[in-house]
Amino acid sequence: MTEIAESTIPKPPHPLREFWSYFSENRGAVTGMAVIVAVALLAIFADLIAPYSPIEQYRDHLLQPPFWQEGGSLEFPLGTDAVGRDMLSRIIHGARYSLMIGIIVVTLSLSAGIALGLAAAFVRGPVEALIMRAMDIMLALPSLLLAIVVVAILGPSLINSMFSLAIVYLPHYVRLTRASAIGEMSRDYVTASRVAGAGIARLMLITVLPNCAAPLIVQATLSFSSAILDAAALGFLGLGAQPPTPEWGTLLAEAREFVLRAWWVVTFPGLAILVTVLAFNLMGDGLRDALDPKLKR
Amino acid sequence: MGGDSPAHPALQPFPQTVFRFLISRFGMVVPTFFGVTVVAFFLIRLIPGDPIELLVGERGIDPERHAYLLKEFGYDRPLWQQYLGFVGNLLNGDFGTSIVTREPVLSEFMTLFPATIELSFMAIVFALAIGLPVGILAAVRRGSVFDHTVMGISLTGYSMPIFWWGLLLIILFSGMLGWTPVSGRISVLYYIEPITGFMLIDSLLIDDAGAFKSALSHLILPTIVLGTIPLAVIARQTRSAMLEVLGEDYIRTAHAKGLGPARIIGLHALRNAMIPVITTIGLQTGVLLAGAILTETIFAWPGVGNWLVNSIYRRDYPSVQGGILLVACIVITVNLLVDLAYGLVNPRIRHAGQS
Repeated sequence: MTEIAESTIPKPPHPLREFWSYFSENRGAVTGMAVIVAVALLAIFADLIAPYSPIEQYRDHLLQPPFWQEGGSLEFPLGTDAVGRDMLSRIIHGARYSLMIGIIVVTLSLSAGIALGLAAAFVRGPVEALIMRAMDIMLALPSLLLAIVVVAILGPSLINSMFSLAIVYLPHYVRLTRASAIGEMSRDYVTASRVAGAGIARLMLITVLPNCAAPLIVQATLSFSSAILDAAALGFLGLGAQPPTPEWGTLLAEAREFVLRAWWVVTFPGLAILVTVLAFNLMGDGLRDALDPKLKR
Repeated sequence: MGGDSPAHPALQPFPQTVFRFLISRFGMVVPTFFGVTVVAFFLIRLIPGDPIELLVGERGIDPERHAYLLKEFGYDRPLWQQYLGFVGNLLNGDFGTSIVTREPVLSEFMTLFPATIELSFMAIVFALAIGLPVGILAAVRRGSVFDHTVMGISLTGYSMPIFWWGLLLIILFSGMLGWTPVSGRISVLYYIEPITGFMLIDSLLIDDAGAFKSALSHLILPTIVLGTIPLAVIARQTRSAMLEVLGEDYIRTAHAKGLGPARIIGLHALRNAMIPVITTIGLQTGVLLAGAILTETIFAWPGVGNWLVNSIYRRDYPSVQGGILLVACIVITVNLLVDLAYGLVNPRIRHAGQS
């Protein structure tokens, strides 16, 4: 049967094209990606799109409601906060911080995780035991709690909160890289490459790593959304970005005391967080379905 | 443990396999626990300044007294001796003393812990009460509008910034509708001498209906907020576990025998689908404790999460250190229990360690 199949079926499609055909079937994933692109554009062109500076205070317009409510005007479409800053502009500029946090946290933990995971998979022995035990210890603490503790020690700031989140997400990447690298290393193509004289660096980075990419990409997307969420939580607790930075979580922290007086200062920043995180989760689910070989028909 | 076991594992006497399983699981927990103590010990040492300087804060201290106190508290000894002393104290139940209140960290933690347990318990009950039936129904009606709606809502719940969710609920139910209190655990009109520490039980024990009602109304919003993410996770997990089980041969057999759908779903399918779901529920402990930090902060709920955040604000490092150790112990213990329970009900896991 295989012989017949081989002679009649056309050349398999390019992997990227195959991936896209699976991915684009998933409407949620495509929607998620569209939202992410939109948020990214908002972030990049924030200076052009936002009607005002995010930190400019208009003292004649304190806590002005959004335009459709009595007392609101189109001058400040989503209203103003307690010191008269335009909510819309602050939220648009906040997209910059959230995406930057996601990119930096994921890049840091992904690269460190790959390095440690490959080291564990290739060196084995006590090195592996040490690395994996350390990761177990980190997983014994709830991630947000560990991040809070690290920030408490380093001091609250945007940079430190990103750094602490990168540490917190590290174990997932290490475990994932190690597990898939060990799985790949018993395959024939790796043995072939080794026999052909490939050095350990080549084996690690060029032979094995690309074949471990799929689960790492999925995890990266999902931890991008966790990073945005957790960074906002840290900002909300006053342990992340500090005022007047228009980071979404920090906006919520500032809005807390006006919760019963001005619903708009609370509602919109949180909505921005929810929509962005949801978009990343939708795309992550779609990526997992498209990249998971077990589910491929 | 060696691939040369003489008989098929299932033929071995039951207690022996269970014993081996327990030993292997405990063997993994002990190093993790000591690792956590190392982390907790050295994290605090990373803060600039020695513990005495931290203790006196910005008031300053004259060098002579400083040296005396360093010696008095044993901070002049080598680090490894200090660490051993630290672990020795932990094993004796001494988790340090708060700089601010001068109370032992353990007793402070234990006073506040029932509030967190009460809230977490209600949250997980809330999540199960809605998540299980909804997940089952979504699986049974796969592809229906109901299924899509449930999956959409649960992904939204999973993506929810719960601190914002809490504020929204306060705006709606406390602000606009005036149905629920904004914060706290019980109205100031009531004072309840803690018996069990659980407000709902204590108010029933002293037979005070008003206090019970007040405690219950204070619990509603925090329960929803803390339960949202577990609810989303449980609904999704139940649905996918049910879908997997519903495709199995024994379900078809049950249909062929002429059993009614209620019996097949409720008994045959559900029982098998519950195994992964129970694991998921156990793994929510960490999520609940982390969520409790945010939930308790929003609602001024007097639990350990709120206390931990305030300890950080007050730079009360011994409390932070003792607190994270206690939380880590709880998470490790619960995960171990889940692991054990899972292994004991699922023979495939129990025997996996041997081959």
